[in-house]
This record gives sequence, C-alpha cells and structure tokens, in this order.
Amino acid sequence: MIEIDNITKIYKLGDTEVRALDGVSLKINKGEMVAIMGPSGSGKSTLMAILGCLDVPTSGGYRLDDEKVEGLNDNQLADIRNRKIGFVFQQFNLLARTTALDNVMLPLTYGGVRGKERRERTEEALQKVGLGDRMHHRPNELSGGQQQRVAIARALVNSPSIVLADEPTGALDSKTGAEIIGLFQQLHRDLGQTVIFVSHDPFIARHTERVIRLADGLIVGDEKIEHPIKAGTPRPSEMALAEEAHK
Amino acid sequence: MNFSESFRTALRALAANKLRAILTMLGIVIGVGAVVALMAVGRGATAAITSQVQGIGANLISIFGGRFRQGGQPTIGVVYYQDYEALHKGLKNVAGIAPEADQNGTITYGKESLTSQVTATTPDFAKVRAYEVERGRFITEADRAHKARVVVLGAQTAKDLFGGLSPIGRTLKINGIGFEVVGLLKSKGSSGGFGNADQIIIVPLETGYAKLAGANSVRNGKLLLSSISLSAASAEVVDEVMVQAERILRRQHKLKLTDDLDFSVLSQSQFLSALSTITTTLTLFLGFIGVISLVVGGIGVMNIMLVSVTERTKEIGLRKAVGAKQRAIMLQFLIETLVLTFIGGVLGTLLGWGISQLVSLTGQLQPQVDIATIATAFTVTAVVGLLSGLYPAFRASRLRPIEALRYE
Repeated sequence: MIEIDNITKIYKLGDTEVRALDGVSLKINKGEMVAIMGPSGSGKSTLMAILGCLDVPTSGGYRLDDEKVEGLNDNQLADIRNRKIGFVFQQFNLLARTTALDNVMLPLTYGGVRGKERRERTEEALQKVGLGDRMHHRPNELSGGQQQRVAIARALVNSPSIVLADEPTGALDSKTGAEIIGLFQQLHRDLGQTVIFVSHDPFIARHTERVIRLADGLIVGDEKIEHPIKAGTPRPSEMALAEEAHK
Repeated sequence: MNFSESFRTALRALAANKLRAILTMLGIVIGVGAVVALMAVGRGATAAITSQVQGIGANLISIFGGRFRQGGQPTIGVVYYQDYEALHKGLKNVAGIAPEADQNGTITYGKESLTSQVTATTPDFAKVRAYEVERGRFITEADRAHKARVVVLGAQTAKDLFGGLSPIGRTLKINGIGFEVVGLLKSKGSSGGFGNADQIIIVPLETGYAKLAGANSVRNGKLLLSSISLSAASAEVVDEVMVQAERILRRQHKLKLTDDLDFSVLSQSQFLSALSTITTTLTLFLGFIGVISLVVGGIGVMNIMLVSVTERTKEIGLRKAVGAKQRAIMLQFLIETLVLTFIGGVLGTLLGWGISQLVSLTGQLQPQVDIATIATAFTVTAVVGLLSGLYPAFRASRLRPIEALRYE
C-alpha cells in the first residue's frame, strides 16, 4: 500500500525554481491497477520517480507498506527498491549483451539470493512473461516486445509490492503495445500484482481500473474505471478519446 | 552482495562487452609494454658500453716515458726493460704486468700486404689487456727464451691477411722475415676507445728486439720499451699500485724529490669516471623517456577509463534502480578495473619482453628486462587506471538513480 502526503518536488534551474510537484497526496491500495496520466511537464514522471524511490521529494511524507520512506539514506532506499519495487521503463533498460536470464537475475543478485533458488525464481519469472524458451537470448536477439517482457520479468522476480511502468508501450508498435498491456492486465488479474502505469496516453490509461490525472504538479482528477478496456481492443479515434476525457 | 558475487558480476560485465574491455586493456598493454621495452633496451645499451670499456682491460694501468704538463713543455723520457723488471719485482697487488716494445712493420702474406704496429711483449699481455685465444696458443716464456719467430694475430688482422682461411700454422712475413702464426685471438667486438682492439700483431718481446727493432731498441746501453701495462688486482687498489709504481720508477730513474717526473703513470680511472658520467646521463635520459611513456600510457588509460565508465552511467542507474548499493557498484568497477589493469599489465610486460627479444636479434645489444621497471610501470598504470576508472563510477554511484538513468 502506498500513501503519500503533501509531496512537493522543487528543481532549481539556475535562478528559477520549478515546482514539479506542488503538494500531492495520494493513496493506492494493494492489488490496484492504476494509471497516472498527464501531459509532459505535468509532474507524472517526477511522481513516478518518487514513488519508485529513485528520487526523494523536497518535502512531504511517503509510506510504503506502512514503512516510512522519507528520510532514508541512499543504501536504505536501494534496499527498498530491491525488495518492494519493480520497474519497467519505456526504453527497456536491459543490460546489453547480457542474456535474458542474467538480466532478470540482477535484482535477486543484489538482494542476496543465491544459487538454486535464484536460478529457479529467475526461470519462473521468465516463464510468467512467456519467455521460457528465450532465456539465453541477448537483448539484440529479441524483438522490442520480447525485450519489454524481459524487463517485466526482471520487475517481477523479487515479488515486489508494486510494479511501476513508465510509458511501457512508448517504444513499441500498437500491436506489441497491446500485448504488453495484456500481460500487465493478466499479471494483475492472476497474481493480484499492484501495477502503476505512467502514461500521457488516455487510451493506455483506460486499460487500468483507476486513472489519476496530473497537471502542473497537482492532482486534477482521480477516476474509477468500471470497465477497463480489454487489451487488443482497437484504438478509438482521437476525437472519441478527447470527448471521453472531457466527460 | 558479497565479494565473490561482485567478482562474478564484474567478470560478467567485462565479458558482456569484450571489445570495450580489449580496447581499454590495449591502452594499458601499450603503456606498460613501451616502458618495459624502452628501459630494457636502455639498460642493455648501458651494459654494452660498460662491458666494451672493461674489455680494454680491467683495472689497467699504463706506464710510458715522458710527461705532459698543463701549460708547459712536455718532459721527454723513456722507460726501459730494467724498469719493467724492477716493477715486476717490487709491485704488490698486481694481477699481471706486461712490457711492450712497439715497432711499425710491413706484414705480407702472399699478395696481401699491410702496414701495422707490431707489439713485442710477454705472455702476461693477454691477461693485462683481456685478450682470449680463439684458436692455437698465445706466446709463451719458451718463445721468449728461444727468440722464436712466432706471431699471434688479432681477429681483424687475421681476416685482413688470410680472408676465410685458418691462419694457424701459416707463415707470414714481417719486414721480410718469416713468422709462423701460432695463435688467433677472440674478437673483442668493435670496442670503443683506442683504435680497434682486434687489429693487433703480437710477437715475443725478445724476438721483437732481436729480429725487428735492431739498433733502435737500445739507448744508453739499455733496452727500450714503448710502454708497460699492468693490471691491478682489484679496482680498490689501483691508486695504491700507481703510487708504488711511481716510487719504484723514481728510484730507477734516479730522480730527486724536487725533479719533475720523466714518465707517466695513468690509470683508467679518469676514463672510467668519464664513462660513469656518460652512463648516468644515459640512464637519466632513459628514465625520462620511461616517465614520458608512463605519462602518455597513463593518460591513455585515464581517457578510456573515464569514457568507458561515464558511458555506463545509465547502466549504473539501472543497477541502482534494481537495488544495487553504492558499495556494490564501487566493488564491481574496482574489480573490473583491477582485472583489466592486471591482464593488461601482464600482456604489456610480455609485449615489452618480446620487443626486447627482437632488439637482441639485431646482435647490437642485449636488452635487460628489469623487475623494478615492470613493477613501476605496472603499479603506475594500475593506480592511474584505478583512479580514473573509479572516479566516474564513484560519481555515478552517488547520483540519484533517476538522474543516472536519464544520463545520455
């Protein structure tokens, strides 16, 4: 469970201050599938970095699974990321020339898992994303969709509390993107995995159960989606989406 | 994340980018190799010069008539065979002493003819001047007693007269008198210093007096010598032997304490001190080249480490995102750099050694690969590599993961 309270993040660019987040409070329950949406510059990436403990807020409180996160030092944050958070990035961020197996194994290695257990959990994670037969392939031998699956397996391998996906379909064609979203939906449905999407795309966001809208560093909308779009549904016209957004 | 795990992670990271690893290593290989080879060749050159000079004769002292004085008229004088006898009897701490009576002569064999100095001397000459016999024998006391017409030739002289033929047992003519060649001397190489040591013709002293010099060899009823060469028992006693020799000759020549000396006693010491200046300069020069190659090699290593680690800022960000602590990152890069510098250092040493072997094939000099140089080159490149590799790794490991991930 995620609870943030009045989070601000201020960047200094020369003499000017940029308030990327300007007092954001939010609660996300275990097992939710949430999209954080907003145009570029709205602060959604900053919010994701803070939720993922990749960055620290300027002020405000953050509790993750009832554990206080604010004020932790660099190594403690690394530990939190290792145990509780899985990341999926737009550009996959796999280690080049390294097999899928070794890539997925990485969080376990840093988490101190050894030997047979590490191997089994790695293989299990790869099977979950449908890459049981591609374990020894290197990123350059895999398609974009397969690379993103490796990244998802890496995010899942430590059984994290939350999986944070930052524009996970941004670098993929729409068909492959739909497959990836389908995979997230399946992981959410079958494993009860908490998933947080960050996206600027309303269509992608509508695949989740809850859409939180950000603009200018503030939450401007928090909407429950009763019937999330099923992955693979053709994208409606931009007009229809825009209409939807204004409802 | 324990050490062995870090080690495996580092090796995996190196194996994942072999080209980058090899290029990084290449800088170290060339840096270390250049230093090792340069220093080895330099030490070889120094050794070659020193040994050639010592080849003239170890701890050699030369005595001859007359004396140069700075800013004045030279004193004219001669040394006699009796002086040699007195020295032979009176001197202590002497390894060998040889009188020399030099004459110019025309040497012919068949159609070959040359004019050269003929040295009439005693068997000690070989020891004093550090000659070794290649084939046959040196002159003997028996040759002296019989005034035997035998001759020992230097390597170059033998080649000039006989070409490829073996000179032993053949008869050549000196000023028209037949001499049998009984010995051939080993080549000393193109020894620097006083003429070519391999162009020499040696006959027994008494034969020289009787057959070659004739009336020229006598003055005031005494037999003349061109010079007396002797070698002190060790370098430490050279000065002492010189003083002794001077005292004995002063008495022989009946000089009063106030009289100027009419002979000279010279050692190699002046020459040796000049030599040591030369070799010191050479060593300094080489050290300087070594330092420059180290600096150049070090800058190469620094460059490639800075670039290759900075380029991996994103990778460091990813590793941190999935839970790597600063210590784990630093350990990984420390091990990577150590492995690279170690393998690079070993390969560089082999390269330097190989170059030295190639140089030695030319036959001009024998390079000496030196442990201290290897250790220094190794250490300096390793330290430079470590610092320049760890600095960007340290910087990246301290970045917030989000900044490292966004690094382009």
